[in-house]
Amino acid sequence: MTSPTISFTRTDPYRPPADHVRLQAEAPISRVQRPDGRRLWVLTRHEDVRAMLMDTRFSSDRRDPRHPAHMAHMGPDYKPGLIEMDPPDHTALRRSLIGEFTVSRLGAWRPRIQEMVDESIDALLAGPAPVDLVEALSLPIPSMVISELLGVPYADHDFFQENSANFSRIDTTPEQKGAAVANLRGYIADLVQQKVKQPGDDLLSRQLAAGVSPEDLGPIGFLLLIAGHETTANMISLSIATLLDKREKLEAVRDDPAITVGAVEELLRYFTIAEVGHQRLALADIEIGGVLIKEGETVFGLANTANRDASVFPEPDELDFTRLARNHLAFGFGPHQCLGQNLARLELEVVLATVLRRIPTLRLAVPFDEIPFKENGPNYGVNELKVAW
Amino acid sequence: MRIVANRDRCVGAGQCVLVDPDAFDQDDADGLVVLLRAEPHAGDELARAREAVNVCPGRALSLAD
Repeated sequence: MTSPTISFTRTDPYRPPADHVRLQAEAPISRVQRPDGRRLWVLTRHEDVRAMLMDTRFSSDRRDPRHPAHMAHMGPDYKPGLIEMDPPDHTALRRSLIGEFTVSRLGAWRPRIQEMVDESIDALLAGPAPVDLVEALSLPIPSMVISELLGVPYADHDFFQENSANFSRIDTTPEQKGAAVANLRGYIADLVQQKVKQPGDDLLSRQLAAGVSPEDLGPIGFLLLIAGHETTANMISLSIATLLDKREKLEAVRDDPAITVGAVEELLRYFTIAEVGHQRLALADIEIGGVLIKEGETVFGLANTANRDASVFPEPDELDFTRLARNHLAFGFGPHQCLGQNLARLELEVVLATVLRRIPTLRLAVPFDEIPFKENGPNYGVNELKVAW
Repeated sequence: MRIVANRDRCVGAGQCVLVDPDAFDQDDADGLVVLLRAEPHAGDELARAREAVNVCPGRALSLAD
């Protein structure tokens, strides 16, 4: 096996990066060279990526200097976030949070999310066309939802939304991004102190009541905000752009809203927008797909090619809303599988169904191939989506 | 056939609930799996049980005789 470098750039909006597709076809388990010269095992098949992600001997602890996502500031005193931890610490922290994100608990939020989407669409329809849907809908909805889950008072929503948008937008400078992060971290720390004095019926107050210290809770709140904001926004934008480009798909969902659930699941598989969470460090010699990965070596599981694995998803490049394949890896797999996945599904479902029902004349205001896609990651998405109606 | 749920392995993702909300639920306190119907009838129920086993990200579900 050679040691080529691989590019993460997408050149076709509907396909994974060409280098990844080529690897899957030619060398499904191979070692590649990173830009910094270090070597990395790359897994491309569904079975191999799943096996790796559910085996906790492949470590997520980024404090280890050998971890592929280790950064200089992650010394022994660094406090790792949820996605940077291993069992048993990871298990305990995840279990303290995930009760907030159960399917039935999130289901109770559906009417409120519907209201938020309706209000955003009211505002959009009252304004001039064309409009950038990323600004008008994709970024605000997940931000509003998470702010209510956390217990951000209504009066602060504008501040919260503006800063989280500045954190995610393409046209903000690194300084503006840094300021937005500092503003949000400071804001959430203050909010936690408010909840100490005056608890409410919200996630932060319940965590405090369960014994989480205010110092630990601030970073958790920040992680919950950023982990689900830009990612969900990207999926909203990509999904709507795709439906407007492939009219027969749009009509299928509009004529039978019951298939919205299947459409969301298939769009998640098809785009598989997040990749960076799938890097691990082998803590033992482990065989994957007949290849021995040695202790100390690093591994990257490519969920986007795994989700186009023809042995699992027949005609994998077809966007098929009736497939209802729930075994895709768009939210990862194993103990780190996305904490907020069912919130993302719910938001996508409500947004898609409502947009199609309420704006039947919605259309792209620029040709599909001129949409500025986020081709160079780390998450795939859309920078701007001009639409009219 | 009987569904066996290992709560120590469960990661609370809720995939089983999406596949069959009549057979699975989650504990509100820790998000972990709760079996509502452990013995699926042959046919649709069993097919959904097999799918839940397949999509479980924690490998917490299995089928036993």
